[in-house]
Amino acid sequence: MPDLLLELFSEEIPARMQAKAADDLRRMVTDKLIAEGLVYEGAKAFATPRRLALTVHGIPARQADLKEERKGPRVGGPEAAIAGFLKATGLSSLDEAKIQSDPKKGDFYIALIEKPGRATIDVLAEILPVIVRTFPWPKSMRWGARSARSGSLSWVRPLHAITCTFGLETEEPDVVKFAVDGIESGQTTFGHRFMAPQAISVRRFEDYEAKLLDAKVVLDSERRRDTIVTDARQLAFAQGFELFEDPVLLDEIAGLVEWPVVLMGDFDQDFLVLPGQIIRSTIRNNQKCFVVRNAETGFLVPKFIMVANIEATDSGRAIVAGNERVIRARLSDAKFFYESDRKTKLEDRLYKFETTVFHEKLGTQAERITRIEELAAKIAPVVGADVSKARRAARLAKADLLTEVVGEFPELQGMMGTHYAQKQGEDGEVAFAIEQHYQPKGPDDVVPRLPVSVAVGLADRIDTLVGFWAIDEKPTGSKDPYALRRAALGVIRLLLENSLKVHLRVVLLFPLRFALVHANLARQRQLKQERAEENPQLAPQFAALAAHATEIGNRLRFGAPAQPDEARIIADLLSFFADRLKVQLREQGARHDLVDAVFALEGQDDLLMVVRRVEALGKFLDSDDGKNLLAGTKRASNILSIEEKKDKRAFDGAPDAALYKLDEEKALAKAIDQAKREAGAAVMNEDFTSAMSAMARLRPAVDAFFDKVKVNDEDAKVRENRLKLLNEIRAATRAVADFSRIEG
Amino acid sequence: MDALPAHMRPERSFQGLILTLQRYWADYGCVILQPYDMEVGAGTFHPATTLRALGPKPWNAAYVQPSRRPKDGRYGENPNRLQHYYQFQVILKPSPPDIQELYLKSLAAIGIDSRLHDIRFVEDDWESPTLGAWGLGWECWCDGMEVSQFTYFQQVAGVECAPVSGELTYGLERLACYLQGVDSIMELNFNGREGAEKVSYRDVFLQAEQEYSRHNFEVADTAMLFEQFKMAEQACRKYLEAGWRDGSKRREHLMALPAYDQCIKASHAFNLLDARGVISVTERQSYILRVRELAKACGEAWVHTETGRAN
Repeated sequence: MPDLLLELFSEEIPARMQAKAADDLRRMVTDKLIAEGLVYEGAKAFATPRRLALTVHGIPARQADLKEERKGPRVGGPEAAIAGFLKATGLSSLDEAKIQSDPKKGDFYIALIEKPGRATIDVLAEILPVIVRTFPWPKSMRWGARSARSGSLSWVRPLHAITCTFGLETEEPDVVKFAVDGIESGQTTFGHRFMAPQAISVRRFEDYEAKLLDAKVVLDSERRRDTIVTDARQLAFAQGFELFEDPVLLDEIAGLVEWPVVLMGDFDQDFLVLPGQIIRSTIRNNQKCFVVRNAETGFLVPKFIMVANIEATDSGRAIVAGNERVIRARLSDAKFFYESDRKTKLEDRLYKFETTVFHEKLGTQAERITRIEELAAKIAPVVGADVSKARRAARLAKADLLTEVVGEFPELQGMMGTHYAQKQGEDGEVAFAIEQHYQPKGPDDVVPRLPVSVAVGLADRIDTLVGFWAIDEKPTGSKDPYALRRAALGVIRLLLENSLKVHLRVVLLFPLRFALVHANLARQRQLKQERAEENPQLAPQFAALAAHATEIGNRLRFGAPAQPDEARIIADLLSFFADRLKVQLREQGARHDLVDAVFALEGQDDLLMVVRRVEALGKFLDSDDGKNLLAGTKRASNILSIEEKKDKRAFDGAPDAALYKLDEEKALAKAIDQAKREAGAAVMNEDFTSAMSAMARLRPAVDAFFDKVKVNDEDAKVRENRLKLLNEIRAATRAVADFSRIEG
Repeated sequence: MDALPAHMRPERSFQGLILTLQRYWADYGCVILQPYDMEVGAGTFHPATTLRALGPKPWNAAYVQPSRRPKDGRYGENPNRLQHYYQFQVILKPSPPDIQELYLKSLAAIGIDSRLHDIRFVEDDWESPTLGAWGLGWECWCDGMEVSQFTYFQQVAGVECAPVSGELTYGLERLACYLQGVDSIMELNFNGREGAEKVSYRDVFLQAEQEYSRHNFEVADTAMLFEQFKMAEQACRKYLEAGWRDGSKRREHLMALPAYDQCIKASHAFNLLDARGVISVTERQSYILRVRELAKACGEAWVHTETGRAN
């Protein structure tokens, strides 16, 4: 069966877009083929800086013919119906229709419609221009004289040529003829921009790829990546060193060259006084080069590895010299930044935060840092950190944002803070906390263990969360511009992985109030700018704000219990935490119904306890006792809900011991009492396993009750009392979980 | 190029580099303009680019533009950063299909041999929030050094470009450092002569860098600059309003260029205020927005002038 070759040849495509573009091209073309009834055998797409290419092999040469019978109106039916039938089927008269007899309904007209399949090459000529026109580049542009007209083609960069052929391996393939905004398809492409710029005539994928290789273009990015990494390792190894592997950089570089040539250069030993991260960031981000290290010590050596796009006539001497000069200048800049940073202590930079807006509704960075500091001091005893160290670390945690090195290399934020803190003689825990308070940065990142880092990390995230809740900027759907989901997950992991028992409802109140005060002040400042005091319309609003600020300030100072508005925000934030925790537990394989069963209990705001409960519950339900108790509870619940519906009432309230007629009733009542007491005590001691065992002891009494006792007794009073007893089973189990939420 | 005397060669002489580029683009058919006589932050601000990029009429021009970035001053001490430097600017409207080749040939003209050097087009999308302009293109790298910016203008002064222009901006000092093989801009040979006759970039500009850095960071009269900003803004609006020949019908404009000068003035006053550190982050946004509004109004006026409109 024939194959398709498609190449879209353009000016340089941004490296970061190439892989997705190749994938999109394959998907769009093959989806269309399938939609046209053309099932292909295989497809592969490629991208280089200057071309997207696609090969689809084993496509049928034609679409299958389509035969369809369409049922029409009754013979002798209304004229309008017959006219409609002819029009819809394309028949010129009823003579062309067949008549079919139906024993029940009489005679009907039937149209036989035959749609011959089209030649695939014609289908391709129709679908490909549409795909080019609607290609989903993240950013696209117009160019040239045609851009003066409306409807001119948009592409990622100017598109110059389209190669498109279709045919059998054994024959000369045909050009799939189409044109997009003046660019006509053909079978001519071009080689490497500098080493083989001539036109190349291609027939099909096999000779296309081979001819490109002759013309110094490696089509497959995988192959370019392999060449780069192998040669780079080799070059480093030959000098007794090791390549600092960097897959992200490797991907990018593979998208910057069609013909990778790996070279090595030097820089001045003196630059090694800089922290290795600065050297790496300089060389990597600005110059897209790899750094090299000593395999034993892990320290950088004064070498770097660059990847050129040409085999230069002087074997790359000029290229190496040029790159060395640029890297020298860049490292000089970095050294200059680093040395000037060292002249100012971290704390002496903080005044600048007073004029830096964190969020227009939440005030300045300086206010935020004050909040984090106060919160960190409050959290410190809970996590076992020294209060003054936690304060100090919180105060300095963001100061490196104001240094020149971090200004230049934002990814060094945190790491530079720790470095500068160490250099200025801060306590070790304080210094580490600056970098570590950002951790975990993602699901795979580690969670800090040092108490000061934990305190600041929690304070930072909790402040962010309560702050955005205070100004009602919560994540919605897929929108989470302030990464609040990540912040919540960070809090969860910090608490759980450090086994920290924290009642969030209590902990959240103080920072929430603090944030509310700052939000209020920010609003007041805004109104002041609009001269609200002098404006009679705005003056009352201003006065109300000022009064409200005083009120929250007092609550903050005297630690008043949560007011309804505050409680509402906290409840909402808690349910956000609960959702994040559910996601997290589910990802770790916990049953979501067990998580729900625990969260359904009142006042669950200690995440560590929730998780412990879920674990204990899971184990319990795996045991026979657990399964049977669950079955018994479910049975009780089912009976109750039926009877409740019947009587339109609930059977709550304590059963009357005087109304027990059978031993099994009395035994169950006693067992419930005991289970409640024991489980309650165990829960108080956070011993969920014992609480579950206490529940398990209910089981024989429950089983016996259902065996021997008929709930719906003739005596209405006895029936009511028995239903109340069933309700007690349900109530007792709520000491550990809401069993009605558990499946199975 | 062999015909050039040694002191005129781009790899020996800063002015030789400028002259070679001018000659190359003159040969192509560009109008060779002189620098705009106002303080601007980049060659793009020259009305020969900003305004001429608008409207359908073809336009090919090249010029050197002294560019002032008050914040980038380092008292002449940083080898690569200056508050005043030169850009060589080329604008081709509409962008010709072989514009990349034209650019590469210009590099060859100044002595960069593409068989010897690694020339790369690396993604760099350009946006000027103050000009209400954006485009897609690249930074052009030579052996890892950015030597030019290459942009296909999509929108300028809030107006869609139809047709699109291609803009090339050569950072002359950096390019010259590369060609002359020196590490610091101040070391550049300016006139290409040797010995007693040699004039270096330091001889020409070091004192200016020191004086202007002092001025920009420490002394520039902020009260005056705030006032200048306001006055330029008002004047711009006034000229724009007065320039409509037919009053409220707004069909033809007669004073887009003088109005645009005031927009440039406001922009420079803002840059100086920014360097003096008297504009907070929030205010900064609003100043940028105010300049953009002026630029957009000027663009709107321009497309109603003789040169800016369709016929």
